[in-house]
Order: sequence, then C-alpha cells, then structure tokens
Amino acid sequence: MKDTQKQSSLAIGILRGIAGFVVLILIFLLGYIFITGLPNVSWHFLTSPAKAFTAGGGIGIQLFNSFYLLILAMVISLPISIGASIYLSEYVKDNLFTDTIRTSIEILSSLPSVVVGLFGFLLFVIQFNFGFSIISGALTLTIFNLPLLTRNIEESINGVSSDQLQGGLGLGLSKFETIYHIVIPAALPGIISGIILCSGRVFGEAAALIYTAGQSAPALNFGDWNPFNIDSPLSPMRPAETLAVHIWKINSEGIMPDLSKISSGSAAVLVLAILIFNLSARYVGRKVFERMTSAR
Amino acid sequence: MIGKAKYSKDRGFSMDNQKLAKQLMKKSKTARYERMGKLGSLAMLLLIMVIVIGIIVFVTSKGLTMFFSDHISFKDFLTGTLWNPGTKTPSGHPAVGALPMIVGSFLVTILAALISTPFAIGTAVYMTEISPKRGAKILQPVTELLVGIPSVVYGFIGLSLVVPFVRNTLGGSGFGILSGTFVLFVMILPTIVSMTVDSLKSVPTFYHQASLALGATQWQTIWKVVLRAATPGILTAIVFGMARAFGEALAVQMVIGNASLMPHNLISPASTLTSVLTAGMGNTVMGSLQNDALWSLALVLLLMSLFFSLLVHFIGRRGSFKK
Repeated sequence: MKDTQKQSSLAIGILRGIAGFVVLILIFLLGYIFITGLPNVSWHFLTSPAKAFTAGGGIGIQLFNSFYLLILAMVISLPISIGASIYLSEYVKDNLFTDTIRTSIEILSSLPSVVVGLFGFLLFVIQFNFGFSIISGALTLTIFNLPLLTRNIEESINGVSSDQLQGGLGLGLSKFETIYHIVIPAALPGIISGIILCSGRVFGEAAALIYTAGQSAPALNFGDWNPFNIDSPLSPMRPAETLAVHIWKINSEGIMPDLSKISSGSAAVLVLAILIFNLSARYVGRKVFERMTSAR
Repeated sequence: MIGKAKYSKDRGFSMDNQKLAKQLMKKSKTARYERMGKLGSLAMLLLIMVIVIGIIVFVTSKGLTMFFSDHISFKDFLTGTLWNPGTKTPSGHPAVGALPMIVGSFLVTILAALISTPFAIGTAVYMTEISPKRGAKILQPVTELLVGIPSVVYGFIGLSLVVPFVRNTLGGSGFGILSGTFVLFVMILPTIVSMTVDSLKSVPTFYHQASLALGATQWQTIWKVVLRAATPGILTAIVFGMARAFGEALAVQMVIGNASLMPHNLISPASTLTSVLTAGMGNTVMGSLQNDALWSLALVLLLMSLFFSLLVHFIGRRGSFKK
C-alpha cells in the first residue's frame, strides 16, 4: 500500500473511533438516566404531591404544572407563529424591513433562556403585577418558543409546492384565502411535527421559569376546576413549579432524605416525555399526511 | 301605458347601474378578507419584533442603571475581582467586580468548545462520509434526542456523576470550571454535530467525485475538499455551540460551585454570569444596588449573545454556497 492509502485508512480508523466514543457517551447517558431513574417511578410517585422534609414525596403537581404551562404557552404562541410565518413565507419581499425582521427572530432564538426569563420577570411579574404565576410563566415560555416555532412553521409552509398557491389563485381565490384554505392544510403534517418538537423543548425548559412561574408548588384541590379559585388546578394566577424547575430546585437546596431518588426519577420522567414528544412528532406528522392525502 | 312601462324600465336600468357602480366601487368581501389576513399576519410578525426590541431595551436600561444612578464606573465593574455589591473593596472601590464571572463564563465556553469540536466534527464526518447508512439509522435519532434533553437533566447528571468523579480523581470539592466544562461538552456536542452534518451534506456531490477522480484517497477528499468547502457551516455550528454554552444557566450553576472568586485552577469553585444571575436574583430587592448589579451581569450576557448572533450572520453571509 502507498503511504497516502495507509494515511487514509489510519485517519478513517480514527474517525470511526471518535464516532464510536461519542455513541458510547450518548448510550451511557441515556442508560444512566433510565437505569437509575425508572426504578423510582411508580404511580404513587407520578401522582402524589412533593414533600419538603420527609421521604416519599412525588411529582404529581409538578407534572400537572408542566403540562398545563405547555398547553397554555402553545395556545398563545401558535396564532402568533402561524401569522408571522404566513407573512414571512408568502408576502415578504426582499428589502431592509424583511432583513431586520429575520435578524430579530434570529436574535430572539439565540438569546439565553435566562435572559428571556429575566425579561418575563421584569415585564409580567413586576410591571404587569401578575406575580409568580402560571400566566407569567406561560407568556415567558411563549417568547421563548416563538422563534423556533415560527421557523418550523415557515419551513413547512415553504415546503408546499407553489403549484398549490397558483391553483388557488387561478380559481379566483384571494391570496390569503388560498393560503388559509389550501397551503396551510397542505403544510399541516409539517406544522404538527414542528409543534410537537417545540413542545419537547418547552416542556424541559427551566431557566426561563424560575423567576416567572415561581419555584413553589402549593397544594392543589383537584376537585375544583373553577379557574377563578386560587387553589384550583386551572387557576392562572397561582405559582407553579414545573418538573424541570423541581429537579433544579431540589438539587440546589432540597433537604429531603430521598433527594437523589426523586431527582433521578424526575429526570427519567422528563427525558421519557421528551422521547415520546420526539418519536410522536414524526409518527403523528406522517399519519396526518397519510390521512389527508391517502398516500401510503 | 307602454311609454310609462318603458320609462320605468329605463329608470330601473339606471338604478341598477347606480347600484352596480356602488358595488364596483366598494371593496369586495374577498378583497377585505385578503387585506385583513395580510395585515393580521403582518401584525403577528411585528409583535415578535416588538418583543425582541422590548427585551433589548428593557435589559439594557436595567443593566445601565447601576452605572448611571448608582454612579459605579465601568472600570470597577469590568476589571474588579471582588463581587459583593453594596460593600467596598479594601482599596475603597465599590465591590462590584464582575471579572470572576466573566472569566468563568468565557473559560467554560471556550474549553467546552475546544473539547467538543474535534469529537463533533469526527462524528459528523463519520455520519455523512464514512457510514451514511449507520449514521442515518442510529446516530441521527440519538443526536436529535440529545439536543432535546433539558439542561437540568444534564446538570443533574453532572452533579451525580461528574462532580464525584472529579473529586475522587483530582481532589478538591469537585465543583468548578472542569466539571462545568464536562457538562457543557456533552451538552453542546449534539448541537454542533447536527449542524455540522447539515453543512457537510450541503457540499455538492461533484466535489467528491472530482477529488476522487483525481486519485485522491477518501481521507484526502474529506480533509482537503469536503471539510474545506464546509468550513463556514462548521464555524457557524461551533459558534452556535458556544452561544449555547455561554448562555446555559442551570446545568452550569449546579456543578460550578457558585463562588464569585477568580478561578485559580480548574477544580476550584467558580461562577459564571448565568450562575450568579440564577442564584442571586431571588435574594435581592428590586431597585437595590445588589439587584442593579445583577442586571448589569444580564446586560453583559445579552451583549455576548448579540455578538454571537452577529458572528453567525457574518459567517453565513460570507460562506453560503455558490451553486
């Protein structure tokens, strides 16, 4: 063999080694999370409230808070993102204004989540006087979520063939009608995958929430679903510690004796939820596509 | 009779014409719908822009409060090494030195980027050039999942694995820059890998073919052609990874030890901008000097983040493929 060939096979061997090492790290990480965490997960753990000083607490309220905040944040951010991405993908012309807007979305997406959290703290918690509450948290998560969701939706709208738009216009529909009734439905599978993927990101976010949704999870009365009562699970004005914040909180200042069990169990639940979000994003997107197009 | 009928018929026509004219002059329902839709979606876009400007303006004005209303000089803030807002240093300057945090943030970011870059590029090259099938089947989904793992989980793993490991092998408490670097290394690795893969995939196939046709080995093709062509994309990936590391709050805060001291070695407890912010914001009163000092740290964080965005923008503009 020539020198260059030897060199080539050596280098490629090293690359294989690096890739193998990275895979090992990743497998080890996932394995560690699930192997140490899952044995601590039980129905009792998932449904009972946390205990501050004694063993045997659960993550019931935190889990509920996480999902409630996620749903609220998605409900608020979806119309904004869809509107913005419609404009970005269909109406925009190449000029300075567009450039500025795209740059500002880029900036928003690269802002550290703690800065977004501090802004939410300043605006919602203090200026609007919402206090540490679900609504402050949901609005902050909306800001955190907007750039990525907008980009995802814009990409799926751009993925729709321009023939669809031409067809709608050719039939005499106005542009917005065509977009709303033809292009958006055609982009729906991609949009749904995007929403689920963003949900995973929002679900695990903690830094934006510690100073907006708060770090305490007061007891909830699960028999009372009137959103205007302060101990109702639906009340938007109550402080709500989420699962991700809970992991951080108990690891920084928790004093319960079964701390490591609770954190590893919570971490496993969190990663499992994200795993489900990621896998279902593809699956649901494909199913919706098949439903709508009878492509199989 | 006939004439009258004719007259009224005529008048009828003229009334129809007037109506028609009115109808034609008026905007149709469709046109109004179109206008509403367009303006509505524009309003949403403008809302996002207002939010971004709002964040920058709010954080900047809060961050500058300390310098203008508490009369603290930029020099004391950027070069002082003692952080205990509200008190004075032995030499009589206000103790608002943010240098330990700034150094801490930069150290963990640069070290983490230095370690993860070769691993990330190696993995990405493996995924795209050496074994694309295995890459797509195993590595792609795993990296995607790891990008999505919440930072608190990384922090928790760092706390339960990395910190004890560092403590047992190198001594000290285990909390410090080194542990932070390890955690960030694993955190930003999947980010850099997936973006590098994208940029390697965008290298045109005829680059490979031309290089192989000239008799270059696979390695020569990868090293001298593919990686060179993808350099701007790879740089963007690294900058993104660094931006993520620099802004990461909780994972770092959990393993770095949170002592606002100049780090004298890699295993002594230290702190970063984000760790001081998350740990301190809840313990200070709005409007006090202690609080204003924290907002100044947030301003530094914001400016760095803007700098990273600018860098990405710049690299992207110079490096996009001409096809």
